[in-house]
Amino acid sequence: MCDQTFLVNVFGSCDKCFKQRALRPVFKKSQQLSYCSMCAEIMATDGLHENQTLASLKTEAESLKGKLEEERAKLHDVELHQVAERVEALGQFVMKTRRTLKGHGNKVLCMDWCKDKRRIVSSSQDGKVIVWDSFTTNKEHAVTMPCTWVMACAYAPSGCAIACGGLDNKCSVYPLTFDKNENMAAKKKSVAMHTNYLSACSFTNSDMQILTASGDGTCALWDVESGQLLQSFHGHGADVLCLDLAPSETGNTFVSGGCDKKAMVWDMRSGQCVQAFETHESDINSVRYYPSGDAFASGSDDATCRLYDLRADREVAIYSKESIIFGASSVDFSLSGRLLFAGYNDYTINVWDVLKGSRVSILFGHENRVSTLRVSPDGTAFCSGSWDHTLRVRA
Amino acid sequence: MERVVVSMQDPDQGVKMRSQRLLITVIPHTVAGSDIVEWLIQKYCISEEEALHLGTLLVRHGYLYPLCDPHSLVLRPDDTAYRFQTPYFWTSTLWPAAELDYAIYLAKKNIRKQGALVGHEKEHYGQLHRTISHAWDLVLMQAREQLRAAKQRRKGDRLVIACQEQMYWLVNRPPPGVPSVLEQGPERSSCTAGRAQMTKNTDFYKQEMERCRKALGRARVKSSVCLEAYLKFSSQRGPHDPIMSGCLPSNPWVTGDDTYWAMNAPSVAVPTRLRVERWAFSFQELLEDPVGRARFMDFLGTEFSAENLSFWEACEELRHGGQAQVCAAVDAVYQQFLAPGAARWVNIDSRTMERTLEGLQRPHRYVLDDAQLHIYVLMKKDSYPRFLKSAAYRDLLAEAVVPPEAKKRVFPFARKLPHSSPSPALLPASASGEPAAAARGPECEEGGA
Repeated sequence: MCDQTFLVNVFGSCDKCFKQRALRPVFKKSQQLSYCSMCAEIMATDGLHENQTLASLKTEAESLKGKLEEERAKLHDVELHQVAERVEALGQFVMKTRRTLKGHGNKVLCMDWCKDKRRIVSSSQDGKVIVWDSFTTNKEHAVTMPCTWVMACAYAPSGCAIACGGLDNKCSVYPLTFDKNENMAAKKKSVAMHTNYLSACSFTNSDMQILTASGDGTCALWDVESGQLLQSFHGHGADVLCLDLAPSETGNTFVSGGCDKKAMVWDMRSGQCVQAFETHESDINSVRYYPSGDAFASGSDDATCRLYDLRADREVAIYSKESIIFGASSVDFSLSGRLLFAGYNDYTINVWDVLKGSRVSILFGHENRVSTLRVSPDGTAFCSGSWDHTLRVRA
Repeated sequence: MERVVVSMQDPDQGVKMRSQRLLITVIPHTVAGSDIVEWLIQKYCISEEEALHLGTLLVRHGYLYPLCDPHSLVLRPDDTAYRFQTPYFWTSTLWPAAELDYAIYLAKKNIRKQGALVGHEKEHYGQLHRTISHAWDLVLMQAREQLRAAKQRRKGDRLVIACQEQMYWLVNRPPPGVPSVLEQGPERSSCTAGRAQMTKNTDFYKQEMERCRKALGRARVKSSVCLEAYLKFSSQRGPHDPIMSGCLPSNPWVTGDDTYWAMNAPSVAVPTRLRVERWAFSFQELLEDPVGRARFMDFLGTEFSAENLSFWEACEELRHGGQAQVCAAVDAVYQQFLAPGAARWVNIDSRTMERTLEGLQRPHRYVLDDAQLHIYVLMKKDSYPRFLKSAAYRDLLAEAVVPPEAKKRVFPFARKLPHSSPSPALLPASASGEPAAAARGPECEEGGA
């Protein structure tokens, strides 16, 4: 005689139809329920149904995207480098390191210029945020954040406050004070709350509003005083890594780039995505508007930088070279928009001629990846921050 | 990187390989540092500095290793022999490096050197001994087996394998003080990773399709028109770009003299000529410059339409102001500019006025956007062109300063320290938050970087 196994049947009321039946355990979103065999079967086929509709939706979305690309291509009658043939080639640029800012104890992750064209705020992996007068290389303020990897920092337009955030999922605003008795951390205001790390932040035209981008896939606009969420922007399929505000007359849009390889242009008023561009082959690390506001450039892990035109609604130029095999972490335009400075993960900075599409020069000097790069507000110099703990101002 | 390395090993077009004599043993398939640099220069049309830099990166990431002095991870552009790392040890194939493997490697080294491990390796060995003590027998056994198997190989092969392994561990467990090239930033989730992230459910695709449909219906401009615009913009702004065309009297970063900033301070009495010229580029440029805006306000005053600009400014303050002040600000603007019989009544067309008044029932920060846009366009199309043609503007251009270029001293004197300027945070909060002009210092001679 062998052992016999018995099927144990539990009788009770089904969690779905409430009829008295033999019940089976069923897991829905990691919660255990008891369904009767009828309801369990229905649920199984429902799941199948949902998968089918998901697949068909995906194919429909893909076909629509294809049609969109076709439409965009119809009005594309000339390439940028063809138009730029009339333009004089640029001569050699001599850009030397004029200031080296040493003082961070760990990788510099982000920096921003003050409107006075000489002050800089920079943040690093060890949680330190330092405000420098980069002209004299003096440190003016230093704050230690309670988290590491402070990946975003911004200077307020008035020059009276800074904002920063990172792995703490928050964006905090610190008013700058020279009062020796005051601890800067005491006046800190927690403005933004996300559910994942903060990757970028920027003040809008005033000190009162701040725009943030986060690893939770959303961007958000906040009121600094109250910490209230004014508008949120959903649409990215993965972490959002960067954002930039448009210098347009009506000042209502911004662009964001993310790990889903998409760059999206948003309307700040409605929260809707106005345009989307998906031609990069890897994460977009940095986006920056062309000075006229009609286009923007993006730098990505696929080792290319691309220029997208907003009126033509397409990518109009790719800045790449076979010898550049590391991703671009940060891009910015010179004041006239003729030059594009891009910092790469191979410790170099490449300077591109925006119109002709060729590289003008390559700048060495950093001993680890260049993580952040910004041109000063009056265009006299640009500053690059790197994982080698230093910032360099070049002119 | 792997693409580069693979093409370097291409038998026809790759780097020249030869056999290298190392004391007594002959190692095949080595390349000289200088050959690598030359190949890179030729293949990618880059300079020597860049080729050297790229080559060094390949070495640091473990794709190339020097035969003689493995600890210095640089590419030497001379006869130093290098070999390509076997794909088995590439960082992309064998990552992350397992602790057990490291323990076996260190154990082998320990046995070979008869217990004379040094520095960080000794520390790690001790650490691993503590953490994997349960598997220590396995580790020692593996180490002995591998050493025994190695003895049966030819000396040349043994040397090569030892070098390869050493290189792999130099990259994956760098000695203290050497930054790890494998370090990445905080983890990012991307849609290519199969991990659970934002649910790619029906809503996501429906949103995408909605966006595509809207985009399909959008008006687009021909590429030629857009691209011509860039040319025009860049050529117009070129002379105003300090990096492209330099700046007068001198670039503060280059010479340490901040006169340029003093002369271009936001509220300077006499603006420079370039600055006044910029006001003619676009209405936005004029408004963004505090001096320009002030002069424009004066001009509007002579035309009795200054309330337009004031209204626009008040709307901007509303849009960018604090949330708590929205209601009060809307009310203030209404009372001053829009109410019938208001002190500074602005002339808006009836339809916009109707819409605005309706919206004022439920005030929010964008409620005055329509009216603001109407006034903005009015000023841009009407007052602004008149301003540019006016005598006032011509006078401003004539009075504007053209700074002389800084004199270059022949004998460099002791370089003076750059002057500090008061931080904007120190000043009493002004409406436009402008930082104070830097004190004008004596001219410095042109100093080096």
